Amino acid sequence: MSKTTPDAPAESGAPDDQDLGAAGSQLSTAPTDTLASVPGLGVIGWARWFWRQLTSMRVALLLLLLLALGAIPGSLIPQSGSDETKVAEFRAAHETLAQLYDRLGLFHVYSSVWFSAIYILLFVSLIGCIVPRTWQFVGQLRGRPPGAPKRLTRLPAYTTWRTDAEPEQVREAALALLKKRRFRAHLAGDAVAAEKGYLREIGNLAFHIALIVMLVAFAWGQLFKTEGNKLVVEGDGFSNTLTQYDDFKSGTLFSTDDLTPFSFSLKDFTGTYETSGPNKGTPRTYQAALTYSVGAYGKGKKKSVVKVNHPLEIGESKVYLTAHGYAPVVTVRDGKGDIVYSDAVPLLPLDSNVTSSGVVKVLDGYRNAKGVGEQLAFQAFFLPSYVKGMETASTFPALRNPVLNLAPYHGDLGVNSGIPQSVYQLDTTHMKEFKDSKGLQLRSNLKPGDTMTLPDGAGSITYEGTKEWANFQITQQPGSDWALVGSFGAIFGLAASLFIQRRRVWVRATRGADGVTVVEMAGLGRSESAKVPEELGDLAGILYDQAPGASGPENDSATSPDPHVVPAEGAEK
Amino acid sequence: MTLAAATNENLASISNTLIYSAMAVYTLAFFAYIAEWLFGSRSKVGRTAAALTADARARAAGPAVTVKKNGGTAVLERPKVVVRATAGARDVPDGPGAHGGDEQGDMYGRIAVSLTALAFLVELGGVIARAASVERAPWGNMYEFNITFSTVAVGVYLTLLALKKNVRWLGLFLITSVLLDLGLAVTVLYTASDQLVPALHSYWLYIHVSTAILCGAVFYVGAVTTILYLFKDSYENKLATGGKPGAFANSVMDRLPASASLDKFAYRVNAAVFPLWTFTIIAGAIWAGDAWGRYWGWDPKETWAFITWVAYACYLHARATAGWKGRKAAYLALIAFGCWLFNYYGVNIFVSGKHSYAGV
Ligand code: HEM
Repeated sequence: MSKTTPDAPAESGAPDDQDLGAAGSQLSTAPTDTLASVPGLGVIGWARWFWRQLTSMRVALLLLLLLALGAIPGSLIPQSGSDETKVAEFRAAHETLAQLYDRLGLFHVYSSVWFSAIYILLFVSLIGCIVPRTWQFVGQLRGRPPGAPKRLTRLPAYTTWRTDAEPEQVREAALALLKKRRFRAHLAGDAVAAEKGYLREIGNLAFHIALIVMLVAFAWGQLFKTEGNKLVVEGDGFSNTLTQYDDFKSGTLFSTDDLTPFSFSLKDFTGTYETSGPNKGTPRTYQAALTYSVGAYGKGKKKSVVKVNHPLEIGESKVYLTAHGYAPVVTVRDGKGDIVYSDAVPLLPLDSNVTSSGVVKVLDGYRNAKGVGEQLAFQAFFLPSYVKGMETASTFPALRNPVLNLAPYHGDLGVNSGIPQSVYQLDTTHMKEFKDSKGLQLRSNLKPGDTMTLPDGAGSITYEGTKEWANFQITQQPGSDWALVGSFGAIFGLAASLFIQRRRVWVRATRGADGVTVVEMAGLGRSESAKVPEELGDLAGILYDQAPGASGPENDSATSPDPHVVPAEGAEK
Repeated sequence: MTLAAATNENLASISNTLIYSAMAVYTLAFFAYIAEWLFGSRSKVGRTAAALTADARARAAGPAVTVKKNGGTAVLERPKVVVRATAGARDVPDGPGAHGGDEQGDMYGRIAVSLTALAFLVELGGVIARAASVERAPWGNMYEFNITFSTVAVGVYLTLLALKKNVRWLGLFLITSVLLDLGLAVTVLYTASDQLVPALHSYWLYIHVSTAILCGAVFYVGAVTTILYLFKDSYENKLATGGKPGAFANSVMDRLPASASLDKFAYRVNAAVFPLWTFTIIAGAIWAGDAWGRYWGWDPKETWAFITWVAYACYLHARATAGWKGRKAAYLALIAFGCWLFNYYGVNIFVSGKHSYAGV
């Protein structure tokens, strides 16, 4: 006695072809996985063998598994694409391991050679799979559902009865009924053959094609995308040209002409925070009120509010709000009382309560008490909510009691040395501290309106008030519309492919030996769905009404009771 | 303290009370399910064994009765449809369920389902009160995620029951894990109610997270079924090869549906939510596009959602590939669910990324 297991021969969900002949064939367009034989002779033989392997379901499955496995290290090892500083920390902590990782591309898994190789192979396989399947499917649409197999009793759903109606009559009625039920049906010999649910195959092909559309759209986006940042203080503006960006990255095929022309200015930034409870200080809203205009010449101003989840969209560009901070407004005067500098100085936040630091740099126009041209700098430390005794950190992110702590320097800032400098950092190699009366570095806390006088008639600095700044990320990502179209195409294709049953129904009507007509009906689905017998029962019920059962002896009755008998729909009345 | 804040605190404590009450009722339901299994064990079922050890020729004789006489009169009944497993599959009848045909067992089973429904309503009330107290959807942190998740999982189970699907046998396994989930939620994961950080303010959050929870709940039902399938399948294999399983295995396994039915049910459940899972990932990408300025950045959470997706795609492909159906595909389904679980717990706890503000 042979042992049968679920993974025995039946291929592509359909019953054994030996059993059913042509009837069960081509119920899907899935490639049958013949374990490819040893390749024939020569290069072409090998190439063909390789191609057949690549486009088989087995290899597609393997490649999918590899893709999933390959994606894992990227989620556990810091990636240079998303967090450069973490990568640096890791390198410092594990030197030898980092070298190994470097060689394997594990710091940029998703753009590494091997990861790309997996998905490119997968997509070659996918195309190699879709094209023949599409042709095969077109062929199936052109042809007709295969005729009834000899022994309908072997099919997964079967029913039969005897009737006084003529066989031709029964077949005609069956044909009409199946056509009315939107089956593709035709008469083949003594039986009607019908098939339905082609949308499943269309959905499946559409899904796989949509995957390709998505991939191409992503690749396109990578090649042409731009991404830049700009910090804007309240009252200032930005126009979308390369020179205005603080930093800028773009895809390899991007050209400057591709930047959407527009400009905007920041009217007002508002941040609100939780004022009490365990999450005191947690941000509740961030929003930036902008006026903007589209086009190179800034005509027609419009208003817009940009929030964390609501970027401003202009053409293909999007303007995101990504960070914010404070920019104290200061005025610097020289010894004679002339204003040499007056501006808002953006400071960088250090913690979640927006304790900030930065530098006020007076590059030119300043002369010291002796009348000699010099440069000035003030190391700035800012607490939006200062509480006495808590000198080093703000206690709340909003401007409750702002204090600006300044430490002045004079000398040469070294900005002309040609080495690029951060505006937030001070290079003190050629700078001297101003000293207070005790000979210590001068440093004091200013409240809005306060002035710090520099010793020996060197001038003064006044903290006038505080503005806020917002950082905007401006991105342009062509192809994202296509990616969206592709992804929704994929969902609908998938739904059609998973929810629609492709199935066949045969109705045979023949005159039995005793002259009475025997009707046999059978159904076959691609997978063993409960729907197939249900539908068959339904159809049989209707057909039975048109060709009612004949009385008389029934000699076909088998003896063994079968627990799987499903009553035909409406049969219980 | 403002009046609004006071109402919110009240609601939050009502929510906590309801969650604890739900746990109590689930515990009662748990004992009722146990009783159902216990009383069910009194009956002798043995269908699987009978089917697998019966004379092979008798089964090969073909389909059974098709037309029957109707109580003495000459009028024939309507035709009946005979269902037959396709070639290569085992033809084994489904077990009768946990009660095993025992009347008292059945009664306890019904009590268990009623209690489950009651606990579900209480828990749902707890979730809604929580949502009202924080004035937003109840999934801002893992505590809320857990209570919502178990509510939805039980909801899926009750919906399947209401649709007259044969799933009552799932009850004990499901409620056991729901109790574990809730226990974890109220002890380790509890977070005082609070509002959201700005990045979580978006209607895409509602779409993305609600579908993610639903998908997880359905995948979970699929995974439990898959595990039972693996057990039942090896049980059937053992019987078919003349082995003698122990009395306990006999008693439990015989009452479960046939392995083919379990396999089919698990497939249907997984396949049914796969498009929704696809949509969940896309909705997440759209939200990320709005919130962070890029649709896809290989953030750990995104990566594991992708891995989960590919793993389920593997499973669906495996089912269409000769030689991979059955047990191998089932292992893939379990791996895929493992990926989902890791994404839900593991990534929040072990890996830091943009999603980690969700508050463990
Ligand atoms: C990008 C990678 C791929 C993904 C994510 C993917 C996903 C899927 C999914 C989810 C299904 C399930 C639909 C169903 O069961 O009807 C499916 C079916 C299918 N896929 Fe793929 N697929 C991929 C690549 C491929 C490749 C490379 C091939 C060609 C060898 C292929 C051939 C098929 C076939 C023939 C079916 C239908 C199976 C059936 O009729 O049941 N797929 N695919």
